[in-house]
Amino acid sequence: MSNLLTVSPSPHVHTDDSARKIMYKVVLALVPAMAWSVFVFGIDALRVTLIAVAACMAFEYLIQRYILKTESTFTDGSAILTGILLAFNVPSSLPWWIILIGALVAIGIGKLSFGGLGNNIFNPALVGRVFMLISFPVQMTVWPTNTQSGIDAVTSATPLAVIKESLKNGKPISEIMPELPTGMDMLLGNIGGSLGEASAILLILGGLYMLLRKVITWHTPVSVLGSMVIFSGILWLINSEGFANPVFHLLTGGAMLGAIYMATDMVTSPMTGKGQIIFGAGIGVITISIRTWGAYPEGISFAILLMNAFVPLINTYVKPKRFGGQK
Amino acid sequence: MLKTFKLGGVHPPENKISANAAIRQLDIPKTVFIPISQHIGAPSVPVVKKGDTVKAGQLIAQSGGFVSANIHSSVSGKVKKVDTIPDSSGYPKMGVVIDVEGNEWEEAIDRSGTLVKEYSFTSEEIVGKILENGIVGLGGATFPTHVKIVPPKGMKAEMLLINGVECEPYLTSDHRVMLEKPDEIIVGTRLLMKAMKVDKAYIGIESNKPDAIKLLKEKVQGYKEIVIVPLKVKYPQGGEKQLIKAVTGKEVPSGGLPIAVGAVVSNVGTAFAVYEAVQKNKPLFERVVTVTGKGVKTPSNFMVRLGTPVSELVEAAGSLPETTGKVISGGPMMGKAIASMDVPVTKGTSGILLMESAESKREKTLPCIRCGRCVSACPMGLEPYLLQTTAEKQMWEETEKNNVMDCIECGSCSYTCPSSRPLLDYIRYGKSSVGQIIRSRKK
Amino acid sequence: MSITILYTIITLSAIGATAAIILYFVAQKFKVYEDPRIDDVEGALPGANCGGCGFAGCRAFAEACVKENNLDDLFCPVGGNDCMTDVAGILGLEAVKKDPRVAVVRCNGTCEHRPKTNRFDGASTCAIASSVYSGETGCQYGCHGYGDCVSACDFDAIHMNPETGLPEVVDEKCVACGACVDACPKDLIELRKKFPKGRKIYVSCRNKDKGGVARKACKVACIGCGKCEKECKFDAITIANNLAFIDSDKCKLCRKCVSVCPTHAIIEVNFPPRKIKEIPKKETVEN
Repeated sequence: MSNLLTVSPSPHVHTDDSARKIMYKVVLALVPAMAWSVFVFGIDALRVTLIAVAACMAFEYLIQRYILKTESTFTDGSAILTGILLAFNVPSSLPWWIILIGALVAIGIGKLSFGGLGNNIFNPALVGRVFMLISFPVQMTVWPTNTQSGIDAVTSATPLAVIKESLKNGKPISEIMPELPTGMDMLLGNIGGSLGEASAILLILGGLYMLLRKVITWHTPVSVLGSMVIFSGILWLINSEGFANPVFHLLTGGAMLGAIYMATDMVTSPMTGKGQIIFGAGIGVITISIRTWGAYPEGISFAILLMNAFVPLINTYVKPKRFGGQK
Repeated sequence: MLKTFKLGGVHPPENKISANAAIRQLDIPKTVFIPISQHIGAPSVPVVKKGDTVKAGQLIAQSGGFVSANIHSSVSGKVKKVDTIPDSSGYPKMGVVIDVEGNEWEEAIDRSGTLVKEYSFTSEEIVGKILENGIVGLGGATFPTHVKIVPPKGMKAEMLLINGVECEPYLTSDHRVMLEKPDEIIVGTRLLMKAMKVDKAYIGIESNKPDAIKLLKEKVQGYKEIVIVPLKVKYPQGGEKQLIKAVTGKEVPSGGLPIAVGAVVSNVGTAFAVYEAVQKNKPLFERVVTVTGKGVKTPSNFMVRLGTPVSELVEAAGSLPETTGKVISGGPMMGKAIASMDVPVTKGTSGILLMESAESKREKTLPCIRCGRCVSACPMGLEPYLLQTTAEKQMWEETEKNNVMDCIECGSCSYTCPSSRPLLDYIRYGKSSVGQIIRSRKK
Repeated sequence: MSITILYTIITLSAIGATAAIILYFVAQKFKVYEDPRIDDVEGALPGANCGGCGFAGCRAFAEACVKENNLDDLFCPVGGNDCMTDVAGILGLEAVKKDPRVAVVRCNGTCEHRPKTNRFDGASTCAIASSVYSGETGCQYGCHGYGDCVSACDFDAIHMNPETGLPEVVDEKCVACGACVDACPKDLIELRKKFPKGRKIYVSCRNKDKGGVARKACKVACIGCGKCEKECKFDAITIANNLAFIDSDKCKLCRKCVSVCPTHAIIEVNFPPRKIKEIPKKETVEN
């Protein structure tokens, strides 16, 4: 025989799915929301996205090539994904150099310092985002509004910031609500905010696509959003004038983006469905707590990072249901 | 809603390309090599020596212990030697080499094709005949049948499950047996029930074999105690524990045998072999083997004498394609890749799969992205990613604590891993190391 | 302001004092008596924690030394005789002298000598490969070459040679702890007596097949012909299962067996070139 036979342990067939394909499926799921962000915030949104993606890939390549001296993996799709998610978490007016710093922190500290893809404890994009938010609070919280609605690129506060500010000043909810965009506007994406916070419906669509292609499971998003609704619902039922209603919480800020794309990051979420539900519930409760009582108007990034830290613990204690019962 | 097992499972492409090829008798080769260890348990003890003349069906190796089986000559001819030759693992194994002369069978064997439905044997007589004729499980695990159908003391069998699932991709030998020998299978099933003293039997068949389901449903009319259970297509439904779960809803406890929930599982091929052994006095010396693969000219199902070299089967199916990269004894999920074409067909060989060199290479291993797919694919509810790491780092206590011994080595984890990690390679290593530790602890 | 500082100091001191008292009583209650000699012995040991002595680490070995009444069965291969003399000195016991040993890989089945018959494509560790099947070549006894021995070595004393595909021992670094011996599923590595100048003569083969079979699989296989056994004047060579073995404790490095071996399975290392009359050319393993 001219060519030698191959011998390997079973199984001898393999699914045609791969880590790279998964990454690109997530990217694909994000495309509609990305397009919408360009439509809403103009060419600036595209600028931010491109810089973030290019910077993430470049930093991954450079750090692996020159500092870690390992094989470079910058094309495996994960750096691109981190770049897009990073861009989705910042306002479109952000200067380029802050994006670069964010990308460096996301890739360098958030991912590669832990040992690269698969070993990071925290979601890299969120590490970058939170770093930028704390270091450059002004630039990170100036939100250009919808360029389509006439008032071109005038900065305004996000609905969450408005509600927080007004509540602090003693206004009851019933007086604040008329000042805010309607639920329909928020669903469709006619509100100010970060790139990816614009349209809830497109994010949900992307999420459904990922669910269909089995990139994610329902556990994390449903658990995050469900616990947000339940927790904020309880508060709202206790005092509907002191707390915003659950629908409002669900549709504003990064709730959808966080629940569907950030919390479901495979690397930084638990392995089992049960674990993911616990993980998601933690995120929901912490998010609402920060939104209601914390210093920041929006808290889902912090909530996800906090729960990321619990993932190893959850994985240790939440075991899948064993066949034949526990020993 | 079709029945199936709950936890995990995968659905690899079925590729049952030989499903329509009727079983053909393969020509008897010039020389056969019959290993004396073709079953789980103690190797048999050869009872022939160099120069002896043997007939097909003659005992050549006696059962070597409680869990062991008789081995019979598959051909008539002269014993060339009793020696070692490399088996499918490349390590030399003891066996009997016979030079074929003619095709003479033992007189007691009924060679006619007539169906013998009636019998008047007692349970013990049936078990005796099964033992005498060296019947082992033909699904691949090759556990001696006479041991399986007699429950250990204190346990009682309640039902018989006949496994017609054939969840392995490519393989069609069980499918063909069901289509061509349905009456024999029913008689075999009834014989096994009688031997086990149970009055309920289920035949589980996956729904990708509608013809077999239909045919067997027709044939069991009149036998209320035998029920055909169509099952949803899902791998590894052919695993004993998964099949029991799918058909009865009962879970075999961790570390336990199926008998713990009152079930005994037997393959359809075994049921057929039992029929032949009891009704026709024919020892197990030939079996149906699928020869298949994308490059194979005529994917076929052959009735093959045990001991025939794999190369003969491949030749009969239209020669070995140039592009062959891997030859697998068994199916693609659990089969064994073999390094040499001289390996003989044994009682456990259900198929020979030739894989193209392109599809036989493993993808590059990437870092684990902790997606948890292996966890959701594991039919035993284990955490393959964790077991792999602990086995790789030789943390045996951790590996044991995470139930590595429950692994059925179905390969669903490795199949599904998007990073192409060799999960099962390490888990198997962990399982054997932990197994050794457990055994040494008992001593 | 100063009041605040004062309060702080008082509070912290109080906490510190309370904690100290609690800790004192806890330490009293759970005190474990330990023979102080254990620490001394441990200090005398090399501290490599390699497990070469058969214990979990240096501490466990030190405990065992203190507990036993003699040092007959206790030996630290890393520290060698000097170290054991020290230990014996501390405990007032007699140390057993042992010849220093070194690991030797008994396979010379390079890619050239031993053609491949198939290709392995599983997780590349020797343990897994040998649990799957006999190996990539016709020789079921030979080296897999995935370097389980290399990863087992704590002393960086064994490396894979990419050209031969075989592991090579760095004699200077090898402490004969035996980790590689345990790691090798083919049982190819042996601890042999260390001769001066790094000289060694050994049968670089473990093939127990009959001559013809062995030869077919590998050009430099030991075929068990027995010529070396006859040649050896010191009874150092024995043949069992078609395989020769040279006992390094009996071997006098006369090199006679090397010249008679028809397959060059016996290897000599670090010897000066032979005088004229030696005709057969040897493969010499460079170290």
